[in-house]
Amino acid sequence: MIGFPSTFGLLVAQTRYQIVTFWRIPVAVFFTLGLPLIMLVLFNALFGGGTFSTSEGEISAQQFYTGGLAAFTAVSATFTNLANMVPLRRDEGVLKRWRGTPLPTWVYLAGFIVSAVIIAFVGVVLMLTLGLVVYDLEIEAAKMPAAIMTFLVGVGSFAALGMALAAMVKSASSASAAANAIILPMAFVSNIFIQVDDAPDWIVALGNFFPLKHFAEAFQNCFTPFVEPPAFEWASMAYVALWGVLGLVVALWRFTWEPSGSAPRGRRSRRAASDAG
Amino acid sequence: MHTIDVRDLRKDYGTVVAVDGLSFHVGAGEVYALLGENGAGKSTAVEILEGHRTATSGSVEVLGIDPAHAGRDFRDRIGIVLQSSGVEAEFTVREVIELYGGCYRNPRPLDEVVGLVGLDEKVDARIGSLSGGQRRRVDLALGIVGRPELLFLDEPTTGFDPSARRKSWDLIEALGDDGTTVLLTTHYLDEAEHLADRVGVLSSGRMIAEGSPDQLIGQVSGTVISFMLPDSVSTMDASATFGQLLGVDIRMSGRLVEATVDQPTAAVHRITGWAVDAGVELESLSVSRVSLEDVYLSLTDDAHGAEA
Repeated sequence: MIGFPSTFGLLVAQTRYQIVTFWRIPVAVFFTLGLPLIMLVLFNALFGGGTFSTSEGEISAQQFYTGGLAAFTAVSATFTNLANMVPLRRDEGVLKRWRGTPLPTWVYLAGFIVSAVIIAFVGVVLMLTLGLVVYDLEIEAAKMPAAIMTFLVGVGSFAALGMALAAMVKSASSASAAANAIILPMAFVSNIFIQVDDAPDWIVALGNFFPLKHFAEAFQNCFTPFVEPPAFEWASMAYVALWGVLGLVVALWRFTWEPSGSAPRGRRSRRAASDAG
Repeated sequence: MHTIDVRDLRKDYGTVVAVDGLSFHVGAGEVYALLGENGAGKSTAVEILEGHRTATSGSVEVLGIDPAHAGRDFRDRIGIVLQSSGVEAEFTVREVIELYGGCYRNPRPLDEVVGLVGLDEKVDARIGSLSGGQRRRVDLALGIVGRPELLFLDEPTTGFDPSARRKSWDLIEALGDDGTTVLLTTHYLDEAEHLADRVGVLSSGRMIAEGSPDQLIGQVSGTVISFMLPDSVSTMDASATFGQLLGVDIRMSGRLVEATVDQPTAAVHRITGWAVDAGVELESLSVSRVSLEDVYLSLTDDAHGAEA
């Protein structure tokens, strides 16, 4: 009897298919990869000459923005991207279709996550390249292991949180709104768009509570001249990973392959719901 | 061993009973149609057989396996065409068939699949650009790409134009002839009559009749006489006038008068005699064998009557 195709081959095919999907949705490419690059150019044009003072030393605005927006790109590619696409595929019934095939369900979800990590990597490399070429970003080889490690912990955790949000929302349209309503305010209190160390206490506290600031700072430090190599920010990474584990638990607990029948959104889903009843 | 064996299947959603003590079996190579209106429990029953839902109670065996605990081997041997399930709109027909086919042990080649479902011309078209009927054919293509032993078809031709419907019927017949077992749900009685070896009629989650189309039709003896109500007879008087002439109760839908009679020759003689005497023309007069539709309507009427 003929055996099943190799699991590795299936995972590669699934990852490739999700990346191709991403490239064929222009709005996703623009918001995930394009917009952060535009923000880097704009923020540098507006505030590029200045410096920000942190508890540890002075950091140039150029370095601050490149590192922070690179982290933001990684979060867009994982958290926002998965929270948008997975509920969309569930609404369409694509998830249900896949669950009826011999593809192991974890391979389908792994394809989603691995593709998101690859897109995040491409986005970060684009951001750092622009920073290096135009904005005097300093890249030290000795700090790259820390940068890669921080990146992996960050994308893993934010992918898990994206899957958790996808598992909790009922429909794709609410998922998209929820993802943006979470990530944009979070970016404002997390040293991505503006430096908040001198901000009111409650803003600092809010930023410290959520994982984005910890991820952004740990990643920024890998490109900050006065931080000595190897620049591993273990405490920050652990805190981000803790959120990731929380996300994973929620995702595993609440994930469903079925389109939501309790909140009919269209003619077809209404009919499916009435047939089920 | 039967390909599908369902015994006393029950599925509750809270207080709603979707499937209520359903039992039936489907033999290897058989084409079996579940008939019933929306909410009769067809889709719920089929989704339990596919492994998408779990039963509240009862026993279900599909290919000798309980689908609630079935794994990859089971899904390799079945094909599912759901009632409403999307396909990735960003991809071409070729891409989705290769992608989904790539998960099976022994997939059909692309050319064979598109040939069978009649999408040869559209192989390189994006799914998003296809019409509703063409997308449904993509659904069929993805249902058969893994060479299933058992194919589930949940309302496969809803939304098709007549010629696409005929083509799908040809495909389903060809698969049936090839030895594939097919479980079909449909609203269309002509579809069941045309395709199914056996038909099960569901109402409120229960099987109210089962048999080959001919057997079911045979249960209801008689011939259907129908014509348009002449202007000279008011709707109020129709039952009295024609009921007496035909010797049976008549049914009215709009201006169409219908009656099922046991002795059509005499009945036609009386009714045409009356029309000639009265000097009226009975428009659209027809005399036809009872169809599955008549059987279905009388069965579901009885079922609802029994409930009320």
